Amino acid sequence: MTLLTVERIKLFSTRSPWWCMILATVLTVGFTSLIAATTSSNDVADLTPDVTQFAYNFGLVVMMVMATLAVTTEYRFGTIRSTFLAVPTRTPALVAKLVVVATLAAVVGELTGVGSWGIARLIQPDAPLGLNTAQEYRSVFGIGLVYLLAAVFAMAIGLIVRQSAGAIVIELIYVLLVENLLPVIPRVGDHIQHWLPFIASNNFVVAGAPHHTDGPQVIDDMPLGPWGSLLYFAAVCFGLFLIGTILARRRDA
Amino acid sequence: MIEAQGLTKRYGRTVAVNDLSFAVAPGKVTGFLGPNGAGKSTTMRMILGLDNPTAGTVRINGRRYAELRHPLRQVGALLDAKWVHPNRSARAHLRWIAASNRIPAQRVDEVLEAVGLTAVAGKRAGGFSLGMSQRLGIATALLGDPGVLLFDEPVNGLDPEGILWIRQFMHRLADEGRTVFVSSHLLSEMALTAQDLVVIGRGRLIAQTSTREFIDNASESAVRVRGPEMERLHGLLTGQGLTVRDVPAGDAGPAALLVPNTSTEQIGELAGTVGLVLHELAAQRGSLEEAFIQLTGQDVEYHGGGSGPPGTVGGVVPPPVSGPPLGQAAVGVPASGAPTRGGDAR
Repeated sequence: MTLLTVERIKLFSTRSPWWCMILATVLTVGFTSLIAATTSSNDVADLTPDVTQFAYNFGLVVMMVMATLAVTTEYRFGTIRSTFLAVPTRTPALVAKLVVVATLAAVVGELTGVGSWGIARLIQPDAPLGLNTAQEYRSVFGIGLVYLLAAVFAMAIGLIVRQSAGAIVIELIYVLLVENLLPVIPRVGDHIQHWLPFIASNNFVVAGAPHHTDGPQVIDDMPLGPWGSLLYFAAVCFGLFLIGTILARRRDA
Repeated sequence: MIEAQGLTKRYGRTVAVNDLSFAVAPGKVTGFLGPNGAGKSTTMRMILGLDNPTAGTVRINGRRYAELRHPLRQVGALLDAKWVHPNRSARAHLRWIAASNRIPAQRVDEVLEAVGLTAVAGKRAGGFSLGMSQRLGIATALLGDPGVLLFDEPVNGLDPEGILWIRQFMHRLADEGRTVFVSSHLLSEMALTAQDLVVIGRGRLIAQTSTREFIDNASESAVRVRGPEMERLHGLLTGQGLTVRDVPAGDAGPAALLVPNTSTEQIGELAGTVGLVLHELAAQRGSLEEAFIQLTGQDVEYHGGGSGPPGTVGGVVPPPVSGPPLGQAAVGVPASGAPTRGGDAR
């Protein structure tokens, strides 16, 4: 418990987490409100709950940056050494940081998910935005879980790379480019795509949703169902975090 | 109490610390002395469990650092005053460290008061001057009221006032019965601060003694003697088998004789038995810097591009056995025409 307090003090006694949280929420909800406001009355029937989440990746990337910085700035400014002096076994301190940062990411995720859906409802009261199916609930309330696990992923990369710029570049290139380019490879591309972690987390949000031109991309024939995809994503994120923790314990601080 | 046993740290093929064993006792200030790159910081990091030793162990009060429960209440350390998030206030910085070891929050204000930072406690630490950062570092070390304190080069870059403050602070901590271990590359500073010394060069132990003894052994002492009948005096001394050198009149005073490896008592009594009048009889000592270089000269890790004969490093010529002239103002005075300061051993 005390270590959770420690990480909470650390996180909130600097300004960047606040900026990241505000930016993540404003970007995501703002884009959704733009989409909702510019939807013509002809297309209003297409504005389903999953479409309101089309911008969740914006906030996701920002929160990943925050989670990465929570780790790498400690290395940058040497406070990780003060942390390891206070907690020489190291693992409890890293787990406490994981809990605080991931929880915060989950809260922001929920905020953007529900906020995006809510603002779309306000702007287009006639759109079919009621929550009835499991898919519709997942696409609005599941965003928090995706943010939570993505934060674990980002902290793991931060622990492995230990350097802000390097870690963030790796994450952005991976999430924005690699996962989009690998499926282009002929023949094997589709099989690879089915097992890419962020495609899997997206599948958790959109599996079973109708195909739209808007909204997060829906991929057919995913090998795992929505919850299976989430578990797979979680396994990848926590696996990486385990590697990061082992490295942090073994390496000289 | 800190005990190191065969402590070794290798980075690839470089040996930073080599089979180092020493003990640091409570109740006094122990200096950890060595040229830059001698392995002082690495050793301190190993003591604190930040770096893993390649071989050997180091224990604090009989236990490894990682085995200590709430380590900050037993060991306080200032390794680098810049280990602070620049956008965090001094108080917030101390608050999270205190919370991590269940140290009461009021202790934060106590240590801020003790180091004189109360007025700037709410300011961001990134804007602190070096002296203020150093004070914050000391406040951090004192937070858990620990019995063992480690300071790595605490006076580096400080102004005289800051240096004096830190020196007095360490004495006070030691007088309270704590173990105080301070590293420095300045023997002159350690001579004023530390009672005991652990001296290393290139990662190896050179000496562990009291500061007094180290300086006595390291710097050759000589007796300066002068009288109206210089020639008789010269003959008397050489007759006793002593080495005598003539010192011409100069900055140190009128012409005199310099007799190494003897004591003022011995010469005074000799002169007394034959009824010689003496105008001057004084013990002289080489400078601390010379002594340090003499001991660690071969162990300076990085040195200027000297291409001297074997046995000389970076232009540091070991003093001849007969001993170079030892003036009172020997600091910076070239010994036998060779620079007394070599390479990195400033």
